[in-house]
Amino acid sequence: MSEQGPSEPKGRGDAWTEERGTSDTPRAPKGAARSGLSDTPREPKGAAPSGLSDTPREPKGAAPSGLTSDEGARREDGASRAPGGERDNTAPGGEREDTAPGGEREDTAPILEVRELTVHHGQLQALDHVSLRVFPGEVYAIIGANGAGKSTLLRTIAGLHQPTEGSIRYDGQDVTRVRPERRAISGIGMVPEGRRLFGSLTVEENLQVGATYARKGPWTIERVYELFSWMKDRRAQRTEQLSGGEQQSVAIGRALVANPRVLLLDELSLGLAPVVVQRIYGMLPEILATGLTVLLVEQDVSQALRVASHLQCLLEGRTTLEGKPSEVTPEQVEVAYFGLRTPVGEGSEEP
Amino acid sequence: MTAVAETTARSAEKYRVTRSRRNVAWTGLGALVVVVVLALFPYIVGAGTETILVQAFIILTLASMWNLLAGYAGLVSVGQQAFVGLGAYFVLILNIHNLSMFTALPIAAIGCGVAALPMWWLVSRLRSGYFAIATWVLATTILLIIEKFPSIGGGTGMSLPHTPSLGSAVLEAYTYWIGLAVTVLALLTVYLLLRSRLGLVLTAVRDDEVAARSSGARVGLARMLVFVVAGAGCGAAGALLAVSQLIVQPSAVFSVQFTAEMAFAVIIGGLGTIEGPILGTIVYMVLQQTLQSYNAWYLIILGLVAMVIAIFARRGLWGLIDDHLHVRLFPVGYWLWAPGSGGRRGSGGLRGFGRRRGGRHS
Amino acid sequence: MVWVNDIIQGILVGGLYALFACGLSLMFGVMKVINLAHGDLAIIGGYIAVGVIAVTHIPVLWSFVIVVPLMAVLGYVLQRSVIQAALDRSILTTLLVTFGLSVVIENALLEFVNANSHSLGVNDAIITSSFSIGSQISIAYLLLLIFVVAVVVLTGLQYFLSRSRYGRMIRAVADDREAAQLSGIDYRHVFGIAAAIAFATVALAGIAYGMYSQFSPTTGTDTILLFAFAAVVIGGLGSLWGTLLGGVVLGVSQAIGAQISGSDEFLAGYIVFLAVLVLRPQGLIARKATS
Repeated sequence: MSEQGPSEPKGRGDAWTEERGTSDTPRAPKGAARSGLSDTPREPKGAAPSGLSDTPREPKGAAPSGLTSDEGARREDGASRAPGGERDNTAPGGEREDTAPGGEREDTAPILEVRELTVHHGQLQALDHVSLRVFPGEVYAIIGANGAGKSTLLRTIAGLHQPTEGSIRYDGQDVTRVRPERRAISGIGMVPEGRRLFGSLTVEENLQVGATYARKGPWTIERVYELFSWMKDRRAQRTEQLSGGEQQSVAIGRALVANPRVLLLDELSLGLAPVVVQRIYGMLPEILATGLTVLLVEQDVSQALRVASHLQCLLEGRTTLEGKPSEVTPEQVEVAYFGLRTPVGEGSEEP
Repeated sequence: MTAVAETTARSAEKYRVTRSRRNVAWTGLGALVVVVVLALFPYIVGAGTETILVQAFIILTLASMWNLLAGYAGLVSVGQQAFVGLGAYFVLILNIHNLSMFTALPIAAIGCGVAALPMWWLVSRLRSGYFAIATWVLATTILLIIEKFPSIGGGTGMSLPHTPSLGSAVLEAYTYWIGLAVTVLALLTVYLLLRSRLGLVLTAVRDDEVAARSSGARVGLARMLVFVVAGAGCGAAGALLAVSQLIVQPSAVFSVQFTAEMAFAVIIGGLGTIEGPILGTIVYMVLQQTLQSYNAWYLIILGLVAMVIAIFARRGLWGLIDDHLHVRLFPVGYWLWAPGSGGRRGSGGLRGFGRRRGGRHS
Repeated sequence: MVWVNDIIQGILVGGLYALFACGLSLMFGVMKVINLAHGDLAIIGGYIAVGVIAVTHIPVLWSFVIVVPLMAVLGYVLQRSVIQAALDRSILTTLLVTFGLSVVIENALLEFVNANSHSLGVNDAIITSSFSIGSQISIAYLLLLIFVVAVVVLTGLQYFLSRSRYGRMIRAVADDREAAQLSGIDYRHVFGIAAAIAFATVALAGIAYGMYSQFSPTTGTDTILLFAFAAVVIGGLGSLWGTLLGGVVLGVSQAIGAQISGSDEFLAGYIVFLAVLVLRPQGLIARKATS
């Protein structure tokens, strides 16, 4: 894998290793002219895309010890990207380049690509032309206030909602019309908001159900027990009797045992004490080390900034900010999050 | 900036709310004409037609009640035949005590409304499927209990002992007029009920029960009221049945067939619309008359049609008509007009609130 | 002490009622469908058996082997097509559609067969005879056999649900359909399996009923459906053993009612049913709170 770009972790403990995509991910033609996200679909080159088979994944290399919001090196554009085609970036403030993020990112294909996604709940519009690209191994965070559309976005990616417009591509294939269970089988795993465990089943049975259509990979029920040390002893307990944090762990474990390639985490922190939330997010490095990519939704902005390698902020269904944690200022986040014209107590920043 | 500006801009625009799309006076006039014409029928048509029409009146009354229950209050009852039977037996009992059967009819209706109260107490806390079964069990239980009383005919039934000594044609005509009155009253009651505050509460509950409760709607009270009115209405239909048949047999008046008939008429005609039961009754009667000689066939066809319509055309035949022609004879909903959509005409109005759907939003 | 004999009969017939009920319980527990045509399906099973026997002249007990799998397939197909379509609309629609189905089935039977009663005659003398315990208790072998079969089927079903992979999937889908989808499970297929099991058990019960008693096109709704519901409600949803208990309670109530007066047999059962509905709607064996 050449042309990784600057792969040295800049002051970040161990590396986000620069293995961009797995060996079976098709790579985009290099040097192809690009302006933002082009509309040319990427053709898989040679080998069939792995998304819909259960080719074993390679583990992703050394586990990073933690993610800080220092400048990372995942994305080389060095600026907020335009979230979609030629669409105007609505990010207030921040630098914006009109042209493509260029350079070395073209080597890797995004494992998940959402384009101009528009979702309606009846007559209510929940998402308005939202786009994003998630590259293998990343932690991509979606932040925003309640009702901003974050969970809707995740649920639509998982297949539980049908978009009115737009498309979702997973591993190079269009999955917009694919049923949710087929997406799950092909490697999109989700830990839904509110845990949604199978209440009448035991801890172990929940994991077993999660493993029903598991792909081959490093995660097994035993390994989940290792990740959450308390779980093995309580595996015969009905999940209704667990605490919130424990339930969250079981929910994560249930998604993991299927060996997904992309893990969608919906509001992990919801209803949990801060200490518990820290502990849960502390598991993230080990999860990432096994080669997963994470797309998470989080209301707790500081938590998101701590773990994310790239983020996007939604407000009323629209993208208001996008970029790397290292590039965005707290003021920008505040404005994007709340939708104020000017940040509180600051001089105005013209959009 | 863009997101924010647009939000504030949107809320500044004005929306308009109107009661009905077309002038309801036209409908009222039309209905009056129809009623007058129907009232003249005994002078025009023969006794056979009158009998058929009386049967249609019974079905229509039952159907509009079942529609009120299932289409508006969300109560699917498979036991309304309990009230049909009770209404018939009220008439019988009163007639045994020398009250004219015509006078007995309104009393029977009220009696059934009152009887609905303890029944509601029994079943009100049950959820949809359980509620349905409970109403059925209740109806069967009442039937079994009534059969134990030989003084009102026991298991075999009994004719009305004190029928008025009128010629058969006159009797038929009086029965017909009473039937017409019952039906008109039933439809009018349903219409006014739904146009009132109660109707608004019911529609809100139908769309989102939790939201309705939290905004203060007395959901339980609304449902109880509906159940009582439906009980009275079905009782009136049962009383009419007794009057037209002059005999009351338990297995006939408590037959679950009535539920099948009223449910099918409503489903086919259009659940959750007032016009639906009318249309459904017409379809039902046409089918029944056409397939009369084929015994069970008309029920088979009716059942299949009802199943298909329940799945593919939620709001029944009337719903299809409404969707294409935007007609509303008995407007009880509201129309929401988006700004800039012009006057009362035009198809620019947003589909408003009110009885737009026969059930949950999709 | 004629009572003791009747109560024992009541207990044994309760096994049959439980067999009727378990399919209903399954369909409601898993997909929240109240199948108002459930009783009629038992009758269809009986009529198919009658037809098969008339054509092939196989012994009555062999008819199970043909009819039960056939009904299972019918259940899967009907669920994936008609009932799923109704479910996609709303619970109300499933009630309406199954009601319509019930009416269609009954009238079709009335039209194509006839209104007379049928019975599955059992020739084997051993089955039709009875044995005695003491001087006042006489138990028909057939009834005892049916009870044993019911217990075996319920036990097997319970085991299937709690231990097997598919049983887990069924329970998961019943708990949270969407979360099951996220684990790769196609809930429509799982629903189909549940329906297949329900149809198979009710057909089994229908044939057993035909051996023990008579049936006609309307027996499905007149008798069986209400009994099945009574057993489910009295026993409590969510537990197959509860269903057995419910069936037994119903059977015993009926036996006691019959003792009081011949015509009160069914009435007694319904009164108990109503009493449970009003006083303890979750049933005698209340499992976890249903969602």
